[in-house]
Amino acid sequence: MKRKRLLARLWQFQNDNGYIPQVSINKLAQELRVSKIEIEGVISFYHFFHKEPTNKYIIYLNKSIVSEFKGYNNVKKAFEKETNCTFETNNKDSLFSLFETPCIGLSDQEPAALINFYPFTNLTPQKVRSIIFHLKNGNNLKDISSNPTSKIQYKPAKNKTIFFRDYVLGNSIKKLKNLTQNQVLSELKNVGVSGRGGAFFQTATKWTYCKNNKNKPKYIICNADEGEPGTFKDKAILNNLPGLMLEGMILAAYVTGAKNGIIYLRAEYKYLQPKIEKAIALMYKSGFLGKNINGIKNFNFEIELQLGAGAYICGAETALIESLEGKRGEPRIRNLFPTEAGYLNKPTVVNNVETFALAARVIELGSCFFKNIGTKISKGTKLVSISGDIAKPGIFEIEWGTTINQLLSIEMCNASEPYYIQINGPSGVCINQNEFNRKIAKEDLACNGSIMVFNKNRNIIQIIENFTKFFRSESCGNCTPCRAGNQILLEKIKKIKNGIATANDLDDIKKWNNIMKLSSKCGLGKYSASTFSSAIDKFRNYFNKIIIKNKGEIKFDLEAAVFDYNELIQNTQN
Amino acid sequence: MKEVSFKIDGRDCKAEKGQNLIEAAKQNGIFIPTLCYFKHLNPLGSCRVCTVKQNGKPIAGCTVSIAEGMDIEVNTPELLDNRKAILEMMFVEGNHFCPSCEKSGDCQMQNLGYETGIRYTRFPHLFVDRIVDARPERIVVNQNRCIKCKRCIEEVITNDGFKVFNFTNRGNQTLVSVDYEQEAKLSEAQAEHAMHICPTGSILVKGKTFGKPFGDRQFDYAHEGQNIPLTDIKKQVKSNKRKMRVATTSLAGCFGCHMSLLDVDLGLLDLIELVEFNKSPLTDIKKFTERCDIGLIEGGCCNTDNIEVLREFRKNCDILVSVGECAIWGGLPAIRNTVPLEDCLKEAYLDSLTSEEGETVIPHHEDIPKILNKVYSNHEVVKIDYHIPGCPPNANHIWNVVKNLLFEEEFSISYPEFKYD
Ligand SMILES: Cc1cc2nc3c(=O)[nH]c(=O)nc-3n(C[C@H](O)[C@H](O)[C@H](O)COP(=O)(O)O)c2cc1C
Ligand code: SF4
Repeated sequence: MKRKRLLARLWQFQNDNGYIPQVSINKLAQELRVSKIEIEGVISFYHFFHKEPTNKYIIYLNKSIVSEFKGYNNVKKAFEKETNCTFETNNKDSLFSLFETPCIGLSDQEPAALINFYPFTNLTPQKVRSIIFHLKNGNNLKDISSNPTSKIQYKPAKNKTIFFRDYVLGNSIKKLKNLTQNQVLSELKNVGVSGRGGAFFQTATKWTYCKNNKNKPKYIICNADEGEPGTFKDKAILNNLPGLMLEGMILAAYVTGAKNGIIYLRAEYKYLQPKIEKAIALMYKSGFLGKNINGIKNFNFEIELQLGAGAYICGAETALIESLEGKRGEPRIRNLFPTEAGYLNKPTVVNNVETFALAARVIELGSCFFKNIGTKISKGTKLVSISGDIAKPGIFEIEWGTTINQLLSIEMCNASEPYYIQINGPSGVCINQNEFNRKIAKEDLACNGSIMVFNKNRNIIQIIENFTKFFRSESCGNCTPCRAGNQILLEKIKKIKNGIATANDLDDIKKWNNIMKLSSKCGLGKYSASTFSSAIDKFRNYFNKIIIKNKGEIKFDLEAAVFDYNELIQNTQN
Repeated sequence: MKEVSFKIDGRDCKAEKGQNLIEAAKQNGIFIPTLCYFKHLNPLGSCRVCTVKQNGKPIAGCTVSIAEGMDIEVNTPELLDNRKAILEMMFVEGNHFCPSCEKSGDCQMQNLGYETGIRYTRFPHLFVDRIVDARPERIVVNQNRCIKCKRCIEEVITNDGFKVFNFTNRGNQTLVSVDYEQEAKLSEAQAEHAMHICPTGSILVKGKTFGKPFGDRQFDYAHEGQNIPLTDIKKQVKSNKRKMRVATTSLAGCFGCHMSLLDVDLGLLDLIELVEFNKSPLTDIKKFTERCDIGLIEGGCCNTDNIEVLREFRKNCDILVSVGECAIWGGLPAIRNTVPLEDCLKEAYLDSLTSEEGETVIPHHEDIPKILNKVYSNHEVVKIDYHIPGCPPNANHIWNVVKNLLFEEEFSISYPEFKYD
């Protein structure tokens, strides 16, 4: 067995047994000639792999902030009551195992859960009761699961719609007969196609680096790990336009000369796997994958799909590559781009799902089509997924340059009393009402696709706490500022919640954000405190209400400090 | 190999093209502290202590290969403070009780703490319960002290090529775990090597003690001749010619700091000329009779009485100084902070070897102070103006701080007097 097959093998054991038994670990260690602790290190990195036995139905309830605001607590209680189990503990002699999990990409239909990776959405205690009832009666899981569609809530006028227009198989690939590699690149450059995973790196530049690299073989990787809480726009492409994404990968192969492509699909989207595989099969059948693609001699390319196993950090490209190689998903040090040394140390292009889909549309429609869509700098449209306190949560294809106010209007997502908006998920930025006239554009609010809208009644410190806990457990654990920093921030949050924080504490948070930003190894650590830090400035009134204003004062909560003692004495008296 | 020119903090430097920055800097006489870096390993970039700026962008210094014209910043105020902050994070994330650590004095992390002059941490201590794993054949792994630098993971390999250590879990749960089967294959020399490369006291070899006494340890006199200026102390010089008044107390401490206070020997006679003691165990004055210029606090707060006394000191002293590790962050009494209070008291009064069979009552009375849920550092309770590290702090260190605070003359601390044990 090759090491790169490790995750697939672990999935096999996990699926067959409900956990990965010690004998399997021993076997894998022997096959790979590595120590067992190495295999255990991989297993324990991914939260969908279990080392302890689980029961027939594994329930993962989403604990994202949107879910929390939409009734998470009651749903959680309902699950515990109906199954007679508790979360995160191994309940023997039960049909069920209960776990919490970060965002599963269903923010428009929260609270949501995965049961054996089938989605269940818009949960209520009543709904939970009926689900558990059905399962106890042996009904088929798939039959009772929700069938969440990606609700396309908005697209621009027909002549301005890029993504959600009719899809005809192979339209972009067919153009390759008359396009050289360099022509493809200049088309992308003309439109200014840049990475939709969030970094907005010029896609043509990335592909050129890989093309110019003499080293072989080369790889094309599609990043379908969409883990940033509140993001579910890639899922809309995987759901509605998987072929378009595949065509983008094929274009990348054409340009760079790669022979193999891999789609790294987050396990949370496992229910989309059949659909994607069907789309791949159709590509082979139609001559757009395999040998001599589209009749172009020696243009050979194959695509396979690999499942992640529950780790947000694997969305970061070098961590993703490590994961594909069968390792813990720890980001690499940043001295080489993946286009120089990526998957198996070979030149590799990693792009986001939407980036590939966009590339395919650019070649299909021609760069001229984009001329009058968007702003001067940001051409075309952007997919955003909007959730929270709005009437129409879902997917929006918007022209670059659309303002937040327009987004919030009745015509679009119809927000009620919007107050706090989180752009780009927890790693992104928050904005207040004074900024609602800002534009979604690379030159202003460069949005990767996640927008969460919260109204005035939402507790900001609850939002921050949810985010910080997310980072605390999703950090790969490698570097000090990120691993320790997020734990330390939670202590400050505790202090704020206890009402004993002062203006000094808020200053500390801003300084500590700078330290984490300066010294963390990858984006996760760098940006994990930036929302907290900027919220302090942007929602000053809110924070002023919950802290002690006097800077020099130190408030010690003596009552809280003796609470345990008093309890204990009371309880041991009789 | 081609020689290239580059700059460190504006200074012209030369090195071989592609050379590692840590090495290149060293050759040019500039020291960049590291904890995970090893010359012969691929850079790990995990501890982040060596964070520098390359052409304005922050990066781990150990991952930089020198190229022509590079502009590196190493010792700017921002980076120096950042380095200190990362070390402080390591101190608060683990449970580093230097005085009870076998490797104290030979610990690279502790030494960097001295070098960067950490007297107290800006971050709250986390006090997470961690295990001491004695299951391996030859070694003991004390997770309280592990900083996850990854050195042992990369470096300790059995003769037949298997890793002995690896990370398990992730996030705040990340651990360096041992493969017991592979560990059993290690020779005594290999085990000692593992202990040696551990930059803290996390990996120890069973039955092996650090035979060297205080003063002879690796870092005891590492910076002999160097001084730490006390310029960050705000002076409290008074113009009236009266003797300066000092008060002292011991909260949750062992009186070791007070003993050290007396350790200036004959210097004490000079001091008495300059200061007088008010409330203090040394004078047995129980209540403040006058406002004092300085209060020296030994020990942290473990019960309600400590809190009361500390607040009393704050009210009656112009300047409060936390003296010693217990005062600064809880110190040895804070070992209990990783254990719930209930377990502590039950162990002490109900379930211990000496408690009566069937004992159910934990002693309590309205006159007995209540035990707090954990031991608190003094600066969590009241404002503290200065911290003097050490367990106990060196006598000269204490008195030089006091003198620097009260008198016009400038005093400083010599490095060997700056210790955590
Ligand atoms: C912590 C972290 C998480 C990330 N998660 C994702 C993700 O879920 N999906 C994604 O496409 N890119 C993600 N990225 C960005 C990728 O590293 C990478 O930039 C991207 O896949 C490149 O593709 P693009 O140029 O098409 O955007 C993440 C980056 C970081 C640092
Ligand atoms: S910043 Fe966080 S996630 Fe990124 S490498 Fe460091 S510990 Fe891992």
